[in-house]
Amino acid sequence: MPTLNDVLIMLPELYVVTATCFLFMLDAFMKPAQRPLLHWLAIGVLLVAIFMVVAGQPEGTVTAFGGMFVRDQVAEIIKVFALATTAMVFVYGRPYLIDRGLRGGEFYTLMLFAVVGIMLVVSAGNLLTLYLGLELLALSSYALVALNRDQKLPAEAAIKFFVLSALASGMLLYGMSMVYGASGMGGEATLGLAQLNQVLGYTTAPKLLQFGMIFMIVGVAFELGIAPFHMWLPDVYHGAPSPVTTFISAGSKLAAFGLAYRLLATGMGDLGEQWRLILAVLATASLVIGNLVAIVQTNFKRMMAYSTISHMGYLLLGLSAGNPEGYAAAMFYAICYALMAVAAFGVMLALSRAGFECEEISDFKGLNQKAPWMAFLMLLAMFSLAGVPPLFGFWAKVMVLEAAIHGGMLWLAIVGIVTAFIGLYYYLYVIKVMYFDQPEEGGAVAAKPDRSLRVVLSANALSLLVLGVWWGPLLGWCKRAFGA
Amino acid sequence: MISLADFIVVAAILFCIAAAGLFINRKNVIVLLMSIELMLLAVNTNFVGFSRFLGDVSGQVFVFFILTVAAAEAAIGLAILVLLFRTRSTINIADIDSMKG
Repeated sequence: MPTLNDVLIMLPELYVVTATCFLFMLDAFMKPAQRPLLHWLAIGVLLVAIFMVVAGQPEGTVTAFGGMFVRDQVAEIIKVFALATTAMVFVYGRPYLIDRGLRGGEFYTLMLFAVVGIMLVVSAGNLLTLYLGLELLALSSYALVALNRDQKLPAEAAIKFFVLSALASGMLLYGMSMVYGASGMGGEATLGLAQLNQVLGYTTAPKLLQFGMIFMIVGVAFELGIAPFHMWLPDVYHGAPSPVTTFISAGSKLAAFGLAYRLLATGMGDLGEQWRLILAVLATASLVIGNLVAIVQTNFKRMMAYSTISHMGYLLLGLSAGNPEGYAAAMFYAICYALMAVAAFGVMLALSRAGFECEEISDFKGLNQKAPWMAFLMLLAMFSLAGVPPLFGFWAKVMVLEAAIHGGMLWLAIVGIVTAFIGLYYYLYVIKVMYFDQPEEGGAVAAKPDRSLRVVLSANALSLLVLGVWWGPLLGWCKRAFGA
Repeated sequence: MISLADFIVVAAILFCIAAAGLFINRKNVIVLLMSIELMLLAVNTNFVGFSRFLGDVSGQVFVFFILTVAAAEAAIGLAILVLLFRTRSTINIADIDSMKG
């Protein structure tokens, strides 16, 4: 029977669900003039949720509902950053949504439900909770991608996203059913992740287990956007409304890291030797394809999509080390990537206006002459994404490369370093366009005078510089979470 | 007597039909939705088979959740399909190619 204690452990999630339902009702009964209030209420919900996650932090690991729900340091850290980046998306996205008449309650409610999905995925202690969290995130994301419903591209992006993502969850589930079967042969059949890790080593059906494991890794790779399974990513980034793209590149990737960690490390950590090499090969493919194809993109959102693919490759570098140090490095990377992506898309959102998306790289021509501060913020984001030394992105790359070398995969680290130099090209190209090209008619003009956007975006981009100098505490936090 | 192997083989066949439907089909988005449903049903068959023969009920509980989620997924999928038809008056897969790369 669930006790009060179970409910208290799950309080942040329950709070966000309740508050979102409340916002949904409020939206239905609000007068149109009061609608802008929803924006602030939604941000308030997220900030209170961050407070609840941090304040209710347990000592060590606690579980609720018979092990279905796990609350530990790993989950807490990802939740804080997922909630914070979503709040940033609300702030950056507001002018964009107002310009395009999309400022309904549905954007806020769907985003908040997606965040609940992320929180459930990273706190899952059972295959069932993992799947339900993932589907909550996915179903909300489909609807968010199709939010701008009178346009051609969003509908197309949504159907591609839907079909490929449903295929991915079908693969994941098929793998889960195989692993469930394997756990029952030679041990007690179970869906609990921690129990799976204990019994899978004794299974009498190792072929069934490997079969299931490969299907599960394919599902995870789909969610992360890893190379042979990355086809959905560029189209979804391109077709979705820019605030939704921002969310998918930041929040969803944090969730995907949580999914990979829970499934592979918590659920099958003792079988690490069997999946490490698969991850390493996927990482190589992702690094090469992501960085090479990004070079030829002319659309900024598509370029960022391929950049995401390569960054997820770096994240796998950490995971494929298969030890706590590697997991800590991968989480550090996921957090770093979320902050960088939000900053880069934030500048793009700040420069968009009604009837102008600012999504071609050529739109940034001569930005330094028209909006020097925005150009500088974009410069920070690009240098950080490229991994140029004093910035945050550099240290994140160093950590995953170090983890890969310590995990005995020197060749993978070398691939990572070589592709990082290839990647430098397209990030520097954006900077060159902003600083050394002459502005064109119809390009981006001065940024939006939205004060909250400017303040938060500046803080976000400057944090990349600050964390680049002072990254110790965050890394220490990540390492403690995994006991590394 | 139906054995566990029979269950797994049927599930595998269903899964392959579904995967083939997703990859080979070049005509109609509705067929894609049907294939996705079939794929989830293949998974359900697997879960029920394992659950029955391993004497553990949690697999069957999982099946209930998959069925529920599949219904929600179909609802959203059809909604997107309606949207697609409204914006471009076709649901032919070959015509959905405004974005490439």
